[in-house]
Amino acid sequence: MRRLLYIVQKEFIQILGNKAMLPLMTVLPIIQLILLSFAADNEVKNVNISITDLDHSQLSRQLIGQITASERFTLIGAPPATRLADEDLLAGTADIVLNIPPAFEQNFLKGWPVKLQLLVNAINGQAATVGAGYLNAIIRDFNQDIRLEVPPGRQFKAPQIAISAANWYNPELNYKHFMVPGILGELVIILVILLSAMNTVREREIGTIEQINVTPIRSWQFILGKMIPFVFIGMLLLTVGLTTGKLIFDVPMVGNLGVVFLYCLLNLVAVLGIGLFISNLVDTQQQAMLVAFFFVMVFILMSGLFTPIESMPEWAQMLTIPNPIAHFVAVMRKVLLKGSGLADVAWNFRITAILALVFNGLAVLSYRKVR
Amino acid sequence: MQSYLAFVRKEFYHILRDTRTLVILFGMPIAQVLIFGYAVTNEFRDAPVAVIDNARDELSRELVHELVSSGYFKLVDQPATADELDALFRAGEVKLGVFIPPDFESDFFRRKQTTLQFLADGSDPNYATTLLNYGSQIVGNFQQRHAGGPENYQVGVEMQLMYNPELISAYNFIPGVVAIILLLISAMMTSLTIAKEKEMGTMDLLLVSPLSPLTIILGKVTPYVLLSMSNALLILLLGYFVFDVPVLGSFWLLTGFCLLYVLTALSLGILISTKASSQQAAMMGSLFSLLMPSMLLSGFIFPITSMPWMLQKVSGVIPATYFIELLKGVMLKGLGMQYLWFPTLVLATMTVVLLSLSWFNFKIRTK
Amino acid sequence: MNVITATNLTKTFGNFTAVDAISFAVKRGEVFGFLGANGAGKTTAIKMLIGLSKPSGGSTTVAGFDLTTQSEKIKERIGYMSQKFSLYEDLSVRQNINFYGGVYGLSRKTIRSQTARILDEVELQANANDKVGSLPLGWKQRLSFAVASVHDPDIVFLDEPTGGVDPATRRQFWEMIYAAAAGGRTIFVTTHYMDEAEYCDRISIMVAGKIAALGTPGELKQQYQANSMGEVFLRLVR
Repeated sequence: MRRLLYIVQKEFIQILGNKAMLPLMTVLPIIQLILLSFAADNEVKNVNISITDLDHSQLSRQLIGQITASERFTLIGAPPATRLADEDLLAGTADIVLNIPPAFEQNFLKGWPVKLQLLVNAINGQAATVGAGYLNAIIRDFNQDIRLEVPPGRQFKAPQIAISAANWYNPELNYKHFMVPGILGELVIILVILLSAMNTVREREIGTIEQINVTPIRSWQFILGKMIPFVFIGMLLLTVGLTTGKLIFDVPMVGNLGVVFLYCLLNLVAVLGIGLFISNLVDTQQQAMLVAFFFVMVFILMSGLFTPIESMPEWAQMLTIPNPIAHFVAVMRKVLLKGSGLADVAWNFRITAILALVFNGLAVLSYRKVR
Repeated sequence: MQSYLAFVRKEFYHILRDTRTLVILFGMPIAQVLIFGYAVTNEFRDAPVAVIDNARDELSRELVHELVSSGYFKLVDQPATADELDALFRAGEVKLGVFIPPDFESDFFRRKQTTLQFLADGSDPNYATTLLNYGSQIVGNFQQRHAGGPENYQVGVEMQLMYNPELISAYNFIPGVVAIILLLISAMMTSLTIAKEKEMGTMDLLLVSPLSPLTIILGKVTPYVLLSMSNALLILLLGYFVFDVPVLGSFWLLTGFCLLYVLTALSLGILISTKASSQQAAMMGSLFSLLMPSMLLSGFIFPITSMPWMLQKVSGVIPATYFIELLKGVMLKGLGMQYLWFPTLVLATMTVVLLSLSWFNFKIRTK
Repeated sequence: MNVITATNLTKTFGNFTAVDAISFAVKRGEVFGFLGANGAGKTTAIKMLIGLSKPSGGSTTVAGFDLTTQSEKIKERIGYMSQKFSLYEDLSVRQNINFYGGVYGLSRKTIRSQTARILDEVELQANANDKVGSLPLGWKQRLSFAVASVHDPDIVFLDEPTGGVDPATRRQFWEMIYAAAAGGRTIFVTTHYMDEAEYCDRISIMVAGKIAALGTPGELKQQYQANSMGEVFLRLVR
């Protein structure tokens, strides 16, 4: 037991003594948290639109007025011909081109069918659908407004189903409240996994590991001794990150923070097992970095952080079960935003505990003092 | 020239002997493309829904059937109260609750007006919005079918999805993956190899050799240029054959842009390695100052126009932003230089500036 | 009283036999030289004796414990200094001593007294809080040796301890070795320098995985009718 303490002490001295690494481990992740939370905003806030009006009527001007009045649309041009509007789309200056056909008002007043033409840059499918959705909503409102001007006798009234919608837990649909807890969880794990993956392989590259291997130290003592300082760093980062989230983004913390910390502890142990296991398998720090980066990348992309897990195909959803980042992100969001209790996240705890056992077992087994 | 070739050969052997690294270097883009193509989609299906049906009449059953058979929703539970729904939300089992009021059918046909209630788990705002949009669309169609004909005096919309009519997400991410992988190999790997030579003390050995510093640096980066280019080709081929992502424009123009970007990335890598004293520092430096920003601020994952003003400015100094613009232009829109001269110019300028900066730094070190 | 008894110690890698059934004994308090050309198998042999590599055959005891079954027990009783400097360069002198003392399970009090003794022995009192990486090579080597003996082991294994240091420092280093041996500690040393071989009490010379010669420097010189150990070595290797 005392031997363990000496290893922990040594790791701490090395970590704290490295003036170049210290800011990279403390300040940088917090800056990342702030920047990422501002950047990782999937809300489509601004759509650049180019409108060609071939009608030049009262009605077309009213429509354009309603579009430009929306905060979400920026009118970047009103070219006189449709061909010129297409240029805006090609050059990428416009996201959407709206063409208002000639005789738009005339045909409408006669009760004939009129069609607007909408060209959407659909390379980014999601942004395209959302942007077009905004425009359709405006056109729907426009339809309701202009119907009021049509004499009721000439109208055909159909039965309606109205929809009243409400969003629970985040009524203002604040995207940052959703992203900050997830990003924080992700950052804690990336940092810890990368540092631990480069740890023992570094001692092997420098040669200090040989000196350790001739001492009577046990594999588990060595692994555990390396792990404890990283757990501290991870927990510290979580604390600072949560504080930052509260102060800067006013992230709601509905649930019990104790559950978050307890889960973080468990998750760190699991993730450190992965990192140290990688470190024991590879020969150089460069390899360690690449392998760790590869796993981190797969973990992040498939964690549900940026795209909902529910949208993935069945097999991909199964693959998220052994993904520690997916569980961390889920627990952070559930507990902080919805106030989920221990019972609600019991499944995440159970899976993570299994991951921790498996990977730490592998880490201890793969650390060989004798070759 | 002779000594340069010999040096390149030596560096190549180093890389080729390290099979593990090679496997990762080529496995990473493949995995990324496949994950993005198959797993990480914003395409939307089988969202877990709970229905509280207080009407239990013909029309309500038909509506529920319509929601489920659309493929977008999956009925997982039928709770009795709002409290039960809350519990389902908190356990994360349900993302949307649909309340159908009593007398749904009779209200619809007699009073011509009835109100459904949609309750979404708003903790994920985008998912909630998407759920509500799809839900309303289905209800809208349902209403029109039962209402007996469309209303007159309506402005219709004819929508054309340009460049990606089937909304295939691969169109958007293939250029992004190319940008990230090229950065990873050209910038991160180079900075690590040079930092390693420094850490091991072998850099001094090279510097006192008759090789000129320029030869050393060129020799170190040449293999990575070749690796990067073959990786880019691999990704483009995968995109073309697996996901039908086209290359509408000139292939040679595309190759030229890739080379230009690789140069930019290499000069970044060299710059980092002249600053970093250890492999760990080089890794952290390139990870947090290059890879993360390039992934998140280049328009690869999140639309730039929606970012706050400050971050849009940051996005404007990230090489990947311009490279992705170039790739999308050539591949998906089939554009030529008359549309793309601006991003090309920006990338070229960045490369020149970065190269001279790192050259300057390197000089100082050798003195 | 033998502290190392090797009987038919063997190591094979696949078809290749690196160490071919060597037998020898090392007495307590002896300075035992272990010589051999590169690739003769001496590194493999030393790796087995310190428990970094499992023997493929033979029965060997080190410090009274069996090498195959009790290698962790052996590690408590031996010290090792590798040819590659392997203290932590980013820790101070004092922190390194403290760490290895702790790893060997010494009490706080013992660590304190050992730290004072080592600092005194290698004359580093003034630099106790300097990072080890900033010390000159000679001092690093002597510190390595002292740290390898922090837990008062029966045997210290030195793998080419004086590579790359100047003659004056080598001399100082050998004085440390003699002092340790005089205190009853066994020193097992490999070296490339033939003049250093002369300093050893007994020497074994390995050729192609076997021990080709074993004896005191005087005996060996007589046996091979040579004037120096260098000549003995050359005759054997050819």
